[in-house]
Amino acid sequence: MKPVFMTYTKKDLINLAVCMFLSVLIIPSFITTEYWYTSILIPWLCLALATIGQQIVMGYTGQLALGAAGFMAAGAFAMFNLILRVPDLGFVGSLIVSGLIAAAFGILFGLPSLKVRGIYLMVATLASQFFIIWMIDKFGWFKNYDSSGIITAQDIVILGKPFTTPLAMYFVCLAVTTVLTLLAMNMARGSTGRNWMAVRDMDIAAESMGVSLLRTKVQAFAISAFYCGVAGALFAFCYLKSLEPVAFDIKLSFKILFMCILGGLGTINGAFIGAAFILLFPVLLNAIGNNVFHGAIDATIISSIEQVIFGGLMIVFMIYEPLGMAKLWENLKQKLSLKLQSSNVKNLKSSLSKKS
Amino acid sequence: MVDELLFFMEVLVGGLLAGTMYSLVALGFVLIFKASATFNFSQGAMVFFSVLAFCGFMQDFNIPFVLAFILAALLMVVVGLCTERLVLRPLMNASEDTVLMATIGLGYVLEGLAQAAWGVEVRRLDLGIGDFPVPWIADNLKLFISALDITAGLVAALMIIGLFLLFKYTKIGLGLRAVADDAGAASSIGIPLKHIMLLVWSAAGVVALVAGCMWGARAGVQFALVDLALKALPVLIIGGFSSIPGAIIGGLIIGAVEKVLEVYIGPFFGGAIEGWAPYVLAIFFLLYRPEGLFGEKIIRRV
Repeated sequence: MKPVFMTYTKKDLINLAVCMFLSVLIIPSFITTEYWYTSILIPWLCLALATIGQQIVMGYTGQLALGAAGFMAAGAFAMFNLILRVPDLGFVGSLIVSGLIAAAFGILFGLPSLKVRGIYLMVATLASQFFIIWMIDKFGWFKNYDSSGIITAQDIVILGKPFTTPLAMYFVCLAVTTVLTLLAMNMARGSTGRNWMAVRDMDIAAESMGVSLLRTKVQAFAISAFYCGVAGALFAFCYLKSLEPVAFDIKLSFKILFMCILGGLGTINGAFIGAAFILLFPVLLNAIGNNVFHGAIDATIISSIEQVIFGGLMIVFMIYEPLGMAKLWENLKQKLSLKLQSSNVKNLKSSLSKKS
Repeated sequence: MVDELLFFMEVLVGGLLAGTMYSLVALGFVLIFKASATFNFSQGAMVFFSVLAFCGFMQDFNIPFVLAFILAALLMVVVGLCTERLVLRPLMNASEDTVLMATIGLGYVLEGLAQAAWGVEVRRLDLGIGDFPVPWIADNLKLFISALDITAGLVAALMIIGLFLLFKYTKIGLGLRAVADDAGAASSIGIPLKHIMLLVWSAAGVVALVAGCMWGARAGVQFALVDLALKALPVLIIGGFSSIPGAIIGGLIIGAVEKVLEVYIGPFFGGAIEGWAPYVLAIFFLLYRPEGLFGEKIIRRV
């Protein structure tokens, strides 16, 4: 494939155009119910962004980390304090700085990755999860000495214009997600991503070829935490519209881990597929429970069943397709194009035979 | 001065005994790791599942205590069997990270099944041992130590001795160690891998049940047990993943350190530091002694 514009091939540009067309024109003009924006599209974009963060550290660099929600909390509360205490920074400025603050935590808790891997690293990153949540919970300053435990998030104001309707918030999330996704794709394709993948595939070989393990791993953790921090800030300001440490507990970390693995390790589109699946599946299950069984099944049982299915899917994917749903999608596309090609060849052959 | 020392002793002993509870959870983990080099992330879920089943048998079907315990233990054997068949065997040649992720999924399945079958409300588990200070010790030594803690300590000690003897002196134990060392070589000299795996997972299930009984009697049988069981991970890092004595010592260290820190340093930070202190302690161990106190040195061949 020849690059057409800068280093992008024609296929990339078409993909981008289709995605933008769908998300900017089609969705806002066809979906008018607020429910879709506030409970599905906005959390989907935020969680997909966090999952990209998880992908960078886990899918691309191969470091088993389990602290995404902790970094999200760091980003969300940094955002709250920045808007409160440094109003001159503006929304976008605060978003970037809160991402950087989360990245600082990422560097700190990513340091053990230089020494250990696998489950050892997982335990080290669990420390970040518990420590960050505890810190926010125990020091009143982070919550502006609010005693109720739940703080209302400030309204989003960009360049003097308020963004408070669900549609406007959707566009804010969309813009941030688009920019960061493009950045992530670029990083994954460039030398940065190649270093990450070299470390993932065999760190000793990578090191002996001159890839600095220290730099690569710490960089991956920092960038991952940056993504999670920004995602956390958006999650709190656009979706929850409130800030409470409990919202970012270990369960959310597990959820993001599931999105990452089920979606497909080491793929960016897998992050979006995985997030969509984990978000939509419970909605679907609830709808089945309500419409088919008319509420005869208790809601707690439905959520238990959902858990069983997620866990079961995780096992099934690990056994049959460790590369997740993104790979399934890829396989499907390949099969279709093969079919198309073979039918083309057949047509060609038949037309040739007719001629002769 | 004497009072302060007594208070410190009380905190320390309380912490050590509470630590044995962590050890009990960690023990199941070590069993599986020793025999199959698999990190079983679902051990916490197994604790929750087994004790909830136990409570369910006792309270919903009015089955007597001993019979319910046996039934729950049998159920854990079935869980072990299913795990071996459906999860581990297909993943025989997969990388350890893949297996680890599969066990995270297994944990989810077990948690969901337990809640679907026996409900989500907190259940009380009465073992007939009160969670209050033993009067005899309180009178003579002036230490307030819970009877439940002492029982947990004794149970843990018994299980460790039993498992130690099993690993060291029986033919099964020898087979277990052989499989842990090199599964391929072990099966080629005729050690039945399937049976060994089934045995280990069943044993881990029973250990989980015992640990769950102790935890359940203290904190109620509820979902929070899974999070508590996560603390077995720092215990394992400190003690070493493949060492049974390590699990015990690690548990004692974590229990004692977190209680002492909580009582003496916690008040300066608004308390509740025991939520993360074990993990930070584990990080320090990882930085200086990644294989833990008793673990085998991790050697990666290129």
